[in-house]
Amino acid sequence: MSKLLIKGGTAVFADRCEVCDILVDGKKIVKIAKNVEEKGAKVIDAAGLHVFPGLIDMHVHLREPGFEYKEDIASGSAAAVRGGFTQICCMPNTDPVCDNAAVVGYIVARGREVNLCKVRPIGAITKGEKGEQLAEIGKMKEAGAVAISDDGRPVANARIMRLAMEYASDFGLICLSHCEDKDLVDGGAVNEGYNSTLAGLKGIPRAAEEIMLAREIILAETLGKRAHICHVSTKGGVQLLREAKKRGVAITAETCPHYFTLTDDVITSFDANTKVNPPIREAEDVAAIREGLRDGTLDCIVTDHAPHHKDEKNVEYNLAAFGISGIETSFSLSYTYLVKAGVLTLEQLADRMSAAPARILGLEGGVLAEGNAADIMLADLNAKYVIDSKDFVSKGKNTPFNGTEVYGKVCCTIVDGDVKYGA
Amino acid sequence: MLGKDLLGLYDTSAEDITAILDTAVGMKKLLTQNLKKLPHLQGRTVTTLFYENSTRTRCSFELAAKYLGAGTVNISASSSSVQKGETLIDTGRTLDAMKNDVIVIRHPMGGAPHLLAKNVKASVVNGGDGMNEHPTQALLDFYTMREKFGSFKGLKVSILGDIKHSRVAKSNLFGLTKLGAEVTMFAPATLMPQGIERMGAKIAKSREEALAGANVVMGLRIQLERMHGGLFPSLSEYAKYYGVGEECLKFADKDCIVMHPGPVNRGVEFTSDVIDAENSEINEQVLNGVAVRMALLFLLCKNRQGGEKHE
Repeated sequence: MSKLLIKGGTAVFADRCEVCDILVDGKKIVKIAKNVEEKGAKVIDAAGLHVFPGLIDMHVHLREPGFEYKEDIASGSAAAVRGGFTQICCMPNTDPVCDNAAVVGYIVARGREVNLCKVRPIGAITKGEKGEQLAEIGKMKEAGAVAISDDGRPVANARIMRLAMEYASDFGLICLSHCEDKDLVDGGAVNEGYNSTLAGLKGIPRAAEEIMLAREIILAETLGKRAHICHVSTKGGVQLLREAKKRGVAITAETCPHYFTLTDDVITSFDANTKVNPPIREAEDVAAIREGLRDGTLDCIVTDHAPHHKDEKNVEYNLAAFGISGIETSFSLSYTYLVKAGVLTLEQLADRMSAAPARILGLEGGVLAEGNAADIMLADLNAKYVIDSKDFVSKGKNTPFNGTEVYGKVCCTIVDGDVKYGA
Repeated sequence: MLGKDLLGLYDTSAEDITAILDTAVGMKKLLTQNLKKLPHLQGRTVTTLFYENSTRTRCSFELAAKYLGAGTVNISASSSSVQKGETLIDTGRTLDAMKNDVIVIRHPMGGAPHLLAKNVKASVVNGGDGMNEHPTQALLDFYTMREKFGSFKGLKVSILGDIKHSRVAKSNLFGLTKLGAEVTMFAPATLMPQGIERMGAKIAKSREEALAGANVVMGLRIQLERMHGGLFPSLSEYAKYYGVGEECLKFADKDCIVMHPGPVNRGVEFTSDVIDAENSEINEQVLNGVAVRMALLFLLCKNRQGGEKHE
């Protein structure tokens, strides 16, 4: 096996940032120390760069099988490594739905064939994501599923969700809950508030998200099981989670860059690239999400990468698909809006984008340590650039961040000791 | 001055609004003299592209264009390739290719005129988009108010009805606050949108408070589908607690006028007594609508330069 020596970079550990060299042998990190020399190793000069554990995104949509015109496992993986991600977990709302071992196995196999980042499928909670009968959770786990979720199609029936939390725990899997009360959403397209009234677009109240979030907390608490909340977008949601965690409920939660960078002022342009579910909220929510990430109420940052074809966005706002293609902008946005803005330290950023998702799902990687998988990302934190979706390698160019100036450019992504992007 | 399109009054200045109203004065004069074959828009084409049913708005635009000598084409969603699944942008580009000068669009979804305007060279006029805006309705309302009261300064305008779903209420609010009028709104809580106060409206707590001292009492149409959606229990309960009859009008200014964008549900928003009273401007509004739309089409086409609009 080949050796790789990353020299002179500032490594980001859980508790410190330190200039040191990292030696990779085969698929593992074998040595982290100052002034490492190794004959025959390929050297990557990382002077001036920061060395992060490979980023992990536990919430993406790769669209394969079924919607390859939006994205496929190859294009999504290429986008992931361009974004600094070494491991991604894909949601089951494909066609057919990833609700059985065969589809899970297909995605795992395609991920290996593509061989860029590690592709970890998430199985459906219920058959066909219909919210009625549990899917074959055990068999999906055996085939490689790392969690279960009916993302995009919330489990409306509380009894089914309760059964899912109980049954999945037998297999060590966690339910990832997309919290949305569809009756309250009632066809809404944007956050309900001043801007929805201004634009004349139907609003989605925060209550639609928070009511189901509260339900999951209560279920997890009374059952003594774990649960994970997807894409938290509201101040009230953060408060519910903070209180629950204080009581010791085994609940974890994620948020996305668009919830800590944008307010719903952007929707008044009627640009459908701002349409996402849950919707972009208001300034007080943005502040609460940032604070939640800072104090750990929100465990991790995911992208909810939701690539769509341009024809699905270039229509009337109400008709446009929900979702943002986010995997290629997540690191820069998080670094710019959280670290540079003084909300998180670099160490905390590495935790929220790598260690925390690894902890929640029990994945390898997540921290730079000898003996760990050689999943590594190098970034130039001083590099400044303007986001342009034309540069995306994802098929989905749907971003509200075009023209946004950001700092922190991913320079190199190494997966299992192989350079998959840059360098 | 007025740009290529008129998409809403939120982005239209008081000066532009006043210019349209001023131009409409001359148009109304011509109309009342029954001069309906004018040369202003000769050689121009105005297309109405309606994705929603409408009688008066569409007819008003069509007549306004015709009276000024423009050619007109009417397209409804039901009879066009929209039914075959054509996108709004493709429909717009097709109309552009046929050298339309103005497209008047009505659409059930907010922002549709903005999407169209971004993608066509023709001037786009918003003829009502979802819950967003209905700028020409508000302009004709302003014309009616100005004709009666001379000025907007301190004018008390009360708008009652389904504010939440009303593009008319919003266009009125955006324009009237710029012009110096005071706008008060009243509706059941289920039909009142969030944030409307921050846009400059005063929310009344009762019907009496809403009407107190009002110079203009404007009712909005209550749609039956809102009742089926559970937003209020019945038309009769609505009429009892939120409708306006003669006895309520006592709270308003003694010289107040009554307005309604139509079509009216008699006995719901207003009783027939109110609709047919002498101070009801409902029919005058319709006439003013033609005049205002003539003025708008004229000004937009003047901006377009003769014949050079299609590069």
